[in-house]
Amino acid sequence: MATYQNIFTQVQLRGEPEAGIALPPGSEPRIGKGSFNHLMGLIGHAQIGPVYLGWTGVFSLIFGFFAIEIIGLNMLASVNWNPIQFVRMLPWLSLEPPAPKYGFTPFVPLAEGGWWIMAGFFLTTSIILWWVRTYTRARALGMGTHVAWAFASAIWLYLVLGFIRPFFMGSWAEAVPFGIFPHLDWTAAFSIRYGNLFYNPFHAFSIAFLYGSTLLFAMHGATILAVGRYGGEREIEQITDRGTASERAALFWRWTMGFNATMESIHRWAWWFAVLTTLTGGIGILLTGTVVDNWYLWAQQHGYAPMYPDTGVIDPATLGSAGQ
Amino acid sequence: MKRTIAIAALTGVCLTLAGCELGPKQSVQNGHRGTGMDQVVLKKVALAKDEVPAPPYDPPSNDGPRAGAAYQNVQVLGDVSEEQFTYTMAAITSWIAPEQGCNYCHNPENMASDEKYTKVVARKMLQMTRNINGNWSSHVKQTGVTCWTCHRGNAIPANYWALPEGEKNGIIGNRHGQNNPIAASAYSSLPNSALALYLTGDPKTDRNIRVVSNTLHPTKANELSIKETEPQYALMMHLSQSLGVNCTFCHNAQAFKPWNISTPQRATAWYGLRMVRNINGEYISSLKDAFPAHRKGPMGDPFKVSCATCHQGKNKPMGGYQMAKDYKALWGAPLAMPATVPAAPAAPASPAAPVAAAAVTTATH
Repeated sequence: MATYQNIFTQVQLRGEPEAGIALPPGSEPRIGKGSFNHLMGLIGHAQIGPVYLGWTGVFSLIFGFFAIEIIGLNMLASVNWNPIQFVRMLPWLSLEPPAPKYGFTPFVPLAEGGWWIMAGFFLTTSIILWWVRTYTRARALGMGTHVAWAFASAIWLYLVLGFIRPFFMGSWAEAVPFGIFPHLDWTAAFSIRYGNLFYNPFHAFSIAFLYGSTLLFAMHGATILAVGRYGGEREIEQITDRGTASERAALFWRWTMGFNATMESIHRWAWWFAVLTTLTGGIGILLTGTVVDNWYLWAQQHGYAPMYPDTGVIDPATLGSAGQ
Repeated sequence: MKRTIAIAALTGVCLTLAGCELGPKQSVQNGHRGTGMDQVVLKKVALAKDEVPAPPYDPPSNDGPRAGAAYQNVQVLGDVSEEQFTYTMAAITSWIAPEQGCNYCHNPENMASDEKYTKVVARKMLQMTRNINGNWSSHVKQTGVTCWTCHRGNAIPANYWALPEGEKNGIIGNRHGQNNPIAASAYSSLPNSALALYLTGDPKTDRNIRVVSNTLHPTKANELSIKETEPQYALMMHLSQSLGVNCTFCHNAQAFKPWNISTPQRATAWYGLRMVRNINGEYISSLKDAFPAHRKGPMGDPFKVSCATCHQGKNKPMGGYQMAKDYKALWGAPLAMPATVPAAPAAPASPAAPVAAAAVTTATH
């Protein structure tokens, strides 16, 4: 029974490491000759490397290192360089963006948010270089650039939160702190300030695509694992033959839902759901405070927020009783 | 055997993930169905009784000679009977200085003397208590308060706050007044001294608590940033934690701002916040010169009150026990109230306001 549960990869290959195809002229050499790791082989492919880092990869790692260093050392400084307190307090610690009085100027004293701007700049540079890498590597392999564009969708949300929306609002104080609990508190405060973000329709779209992504991922993953006993993971060999894992998987959904994805379309569905999660999310955040200041009022105007019975409670401040 | 172990392990994992709070709960619905307006508390917390001391002896009558005529320098309680006065003094001693006794405030050689600062403070606190019971029935209703409500046998109530030290320079040891889990900010990473922004009672510095806009689109009327919203969030978490309730005790989480979907408790809390400002602004801050340095915060201001000072985890202090009814001297006559908040624009009170309007009629003098 346990044989086909597919918890770990069943077969690990060993031999001469696969070097990959020859690279086009102008490419840099790959790093390493490749080696094998049993533990990695249990969850994925056992071969590690060679890696193509290139100059974008090198600079991405360097800038990323700067960003993490700035954030980490600021946090460590905030607990008086005490490593024990750093570990104990880590979830609460933060690198905070500049206060409202600085507006959107890039010239902020380091201790009052300048470090935050600098960390954000380095992190953004690192992420964008990594994006370039996903694009150029895909091109070098003769692939489409779907990974790069999906990554770009996530970068869009990141930039809206930390740069584009603060730019339109004219204040760094709108941006998200670097910190575990602090960024969660920022999220809750954002929803409080703008009258309940759940009434932001783009936030609603984003949630629908996020939950849809998990549903599709679960359905697709489960389907392929369920036909693993027929070699269902070997999609291309299966696609044209009768009685194969592929056909069984398709029939399963046609019988249960009346409709099924194809081997190709399931991945298109998943890609769009994932990409639209952050794309719509970024639009929703960007509209907040720039176009709409109270999403509950927006939702009432558009017949979107349910009306609950009036409790008869009146704002005491309107009763002329201030001071009491 | 293998299966038994597997089931036991699975159960263990489930219990760990569920947080393992196995005690029986009590849940009360306090809003429209489907809005999640429920208060779920552990039964042992809900049923726990706060200790309330019995009167020192049977409450005496308020007839007979006035205390003001019988004793010297009785500035607040002079209008009650001599018997009532000694009874009240005995009770106050057991509430505030049970170990030190009368001499905590009085010079035993001359009880009328004001030489001990504690006596000066106690006098102000009696004025404050009478003000709360006489003028703040919008918050304390007919239950009222006594010294015990806050003090609980301690000279300094367990829950107080003071103005924070100014912003530090540099990054070393500087958490910018937040990201530090302490009780005042409900162990969150929110600003630690939010109370100082809202509840000093100084109308020049106390911020408006409201952060949500009245308009659908952005206007100049509300340009609060997210950073400026966080202290208000911290203040609300302080209320929540002080009262042992969640947001939906007062608010419909659909929208925190509208009053017509909020519970009557929100209006009670609104008056409570103004009461706290009144206490801190009119009574505590004016004692600045009376208190010695070790009874002041880092900025040299006296320890102030918050919701937690009285409530101590209960939505009604001491479970709503009507302790003050046994102490006539703590009620006195309503005083003329100094305004602590700029008058709100006079809006016509809607007649359809059964709850809030009722509270207002008793609060307006």
